[in-house]
Amino acid sequence: MSEENILPSPTEPARRLPGDLAIWFFILAELLAFSVFFSAYAFARTHHVEEFNLYQQTLNLTAGGINTVLLITGSWFVALAVQAAHRDDKAAISRHLALGWLCGAGFLGVKCYEYADKFGAGITLSTNTFYMFYISLTFFHFMHVILGMVILSVLWKQSRKGVYGAHDANGLESGAAYWHMVDLLWIVLFPLVYVMR
Amino acid sequence: MSTMPTSQHSFLANPVHRAWLVLLAATALTWYLGETGAAGTGAIIAMLLIAFVKGRLVILDFMELRHAPRLWRILLEGWMLLVGGLILLAYWLSLK
Repeated sequence: MSEENILPSPTEPARRLPGDLAIWFFILAELLAFSVFFSAYAFARTHHVEEFNLYQQTLNLTAGGINTVLLITGSWFVALAVQAAHRDDKAAISRHLALGWLCGAGFLGVKCYEYADKFGAGITLSTNTFYMFYISLTFFHFMHVILGMVILSVLWKQSRKGVYGAHDANGLESGAAYWHMVDLLWIVLFPLVYVMR
Repeated sequence: MSTMPTSQHSFLANPVHRAWLVLLAATALTWYLGETGAAGTGAIIAMLLIAFVKGRLVILDFMELRHAPRLWRILLEGWMLLVGGLILLAYWLSLK
């Protein structure tokens, strides 16, 4: 892996990676792990096409769609929190972080409703291959939403202390990048597990 | 980053707002395809393309990688292509 180019070009503004380099390696590792799970789902499906197509239709498409809107909107709020830091609007940083966190809470609420419906119907990991993948993939993602919300809580607390602003937004940008990754994963997971057949 | 909204007219001047609106519209489209029971090769390709457009907006505008060192942009956009390609391959195999 090469070092970042440290020579600024005279014609072009220097390219800058938001946040810490370490968070981007972590994000890359998470993305690779999920790409294995997504491929495992898609290739397992080749042996159970009819089963996957049938049971996919028992999923609550509207709940999945609402959850997509919640994560996208949560990501939007957090991107706005970073923009607020760059223009040193400290109150707007905290406000947008709180709104992003609420979107995450909404996601968890909808997901719990979905799980209650499925588990209430007696569906478990061992019901069939499709549900095994549905439950494990969405639950693994669910845990990432929770971790993202823990990170947002820390960022919110720090932002209330005035830690972030035009002088320093590095920690905020790192946490925000992780939250966007949670959104990015769902953007693939939703069509794959809920819609594509 | 130097921009600042001077009035409400500049809502669409902010790439983050534009990305959010496109993401909402694309989500509605995926939901609609699902509701109407779209299936088969055409539907799968359409859904993967929509996911790619959405993922790219998150990567470039929300994660702010548009002006990051190219390596990171390539790694994340490459991840989208890799995942989309593997899914497409698996669905294509299932048709055989």
